[in-house]
Amino acid sequence: MAKITVNFEKCKGCALCTTACPKKIVEIQKEKRNRKGYFTAFCTDEGSCIGCAMCAMMCPDCAIIVEK
Amino acid sequence: MERNLMKGNEALAEAAIRAGCKCFFGYPITPQTEISAYLAKRFKQAGGVFLQAESEIAAINMVLGAASTGVRAMTSSSSPGISLKSEGISYIAGSDLPCVIINVQRGGPGLGGIQPSQADYWQATRALGHGDFHLLVYAPCSVQEMVDTVTKAFDMADKFRMPAMILADGLLGQMMEPVSFPEPKTDFPEKPWAANGHGNKREHNIINSLFLQPDVLEKSVKDRFERYEEIKANHAEAELYMTEDADIVLTAYGATARVAKSAVNMAREQGIKAGLIRPITLWPFPVKQINEGSKNAKSILCVEMSMGQMIDDVKLAINCSKPVEFFGRTGGVIPTPAEVLEEIKKYTNGGAK
Amino acid sequence: MAVVFEKPKSLADVTLHYCPGCTHGIIHRLVCEVIDEMGIEGDTIGVCPVGCSVMAYDYFTCDMIEAAHGRAPAVATGVKRTNPDKYVFTYQGDGDLAAIGTAETVHAATRGENIVVIFVNNTTYGMTGGQMAPTTLPGQVTQTTPYGRDPKLMGYPVRVCEMLATLSGTALAQRVAVNSVPHIREAKKAIRKAFENQRDKKGFSIVEVLSTCPTNWGMSPVDALKRLEDEMIPYYPLGVFKDTNAFPEKEGE
Repeated sequence: MAKITVNFEKCKGCALCTTACPKKIVEIQKEKRNRKGYFTAFCTDEGSCIGCAMCAMMCPDCAIIVEK
Repeated sequence: MERNLMKGNEALAEAAIRAGCKCFFGYPITPQTEISAYLAKRFKQAGGVFLQAESEIAAINMVLGAASTGVRAMTSSSSPGISLKSEGISYIAGSDLPCVIINVQRGGPGLGGIQPSQADYWQATRALGHGDFHLLVYAPCSVQEMVDTVTKAFDMADKFRMPAMILADGLLGQMMEPVSFPEPKTDFPEKPWAANGHGNKREHNIINSLFLQPDVLEKSVKDRFERYEEIKANHAEAELYMTEDADIVLTAYGATARVAKSAVNMAREQGIKAGLIRPITLWPFPVKQINEGSKNAKSILCVEMSMGQMIDDVKLAINCSKPVEFFGRTGGVIPTPAEVLEEIKKYTNGGAK
Repeated sequence: MAVVFEKPKSLADVTLHYCPGCTHGIIHRLVCEVIDEMGIEGDTIGVCPVGCSVMAYDYFTCDMIEAAHGRAPAVATGVKRTNPDKYVFTYQGDGDLAAIGTAETVHAATRGENIVVIFVNNTTYGMTGGQMAPTTLPGQVTQTTPYGRDPKLMGYPVRVCEMLATLSGTALAQRVAVNSVPHIREAKKAIRKAFENQRDKKGFSIVEVLSTCPTNWGMSPVDALKRLEDEMIPYYPLGVFKDTNAFPEKEGE
């Protein structure tokens, strides 16, 4: 069991996290913008997250918390 | 009290140690290098940091760093070197940091010469760097007064969180006079603003001069200028010499004031009622004392080792209410009392009634 | 479930002002992770530069000083010399460190100032809108090299670590990158080593971090990572250029 929580307001939608995820389950959603106007990152398949924290390590904005 | 015969520059350096200065960052330049040389030797014994920087620019920024941590810090230079320091001085002023800067002036502009000069008056009092700010500027006229000024400069700099300059010149820096030193200072003000490691006991301190919001920057500058008003009201200093009945009052500061005083004495011997106002602080300028000392005079003669820089402040001080004449030598030439006396005679009808 | 990754404590809980995908944020975080792990926040004083990271004083929760452009190593020298038991680091960009502040950098290094310099190299002046930096690559188009940097006209880029490694006062000169997780891990180790060097009084430690500037490079953040890998690393090879104690016992005091 592992999961990531993306801070909706801190995320700037840069997508660096998407390049780091070994499971390819982090993407940028295209539905809701945050207050700064960015679409944000989310986990497409929570059940598959292994909690490796590579997405969080790649995040320049400390917008991802990883639990395991 | 014990008195030692000492060179002006070395006396300044020793006085800094007595004033609790813990570090000196400098770069060699004539005619102030003895300050560095003295401190390089003495700090080792007295406990302090001497560091010869790679440039004046680096030296003043080292001062900024040390002052940021709450330590009493000093640098010294001579005219061209002060120009290099001007960037850092603006940052120090903008960051509300105390420090002491000594300028042992030499002739300019450019590389100029290495003989005494007072041609940095405008720089010290008007434009030592970009932005709206002032420095405290002290102009001692003897080796003893230089010594006494150092502690005052550090204390005032700490009190008002601003840089203080001792504006000396090559003559004061190089001459030897007997001096006595105060006991080493032991009580220093708290500096809760210092960035010296918060020890997890307080919020982090930030030393900074950047304010991107115009209204915030304006407020920070206006707050500083409120402090300046208090300084102008209470801390301007001048010496008045035989001004009470004087027909002509000389204004001169620093080494030139010594020449002017001799000229006043010579004039008095010849029956000419001359007096002298010697500004001790150049910023704040002693406006009140200038008016007080010249109230009975018919004219003022401003004597400087420059082409006439302080004269503007003298005219402003009295609101141009009487003639302000000028006599100056520049380029490192020191005016003689006889020359000044001739000028006095020019404006007093030779003493004839 | 337990939290296995979150913002380090010594990084303020605020939204950083950097552009999306700018890797300054990663480097900030790595410095803070090291500060937290070593437990030295209360004893650390940071010095920020002029450039994109000019407001880093709001992000690092240790005491901070804002320096004039290029002068951070001199400011840090003043801090460290008067507070030898504190940790002092500068955080500087390429224009700040390798152009206007070259003298301060070189002399802090050769004096063996016992400080840490975090040098962020993104081959451009970010804050002013993307002009040529001392590290701009040959051929790179910037606002002030609209036809590409021509070394015949504008000279060659400065390889800072290689240059500083020649100086006796330099203890550590290492170049790292933050374009991938393995590189980020390596970068953190280097920063940790630099701070440990300071603790052990080994001399001047510089960690050059190859970083991206998607906005001024005119590319997406993901493409910027690729440019770093494909164009920057070949010119600025990663690795340790010097790792020593600048003041071994027998020569030191």
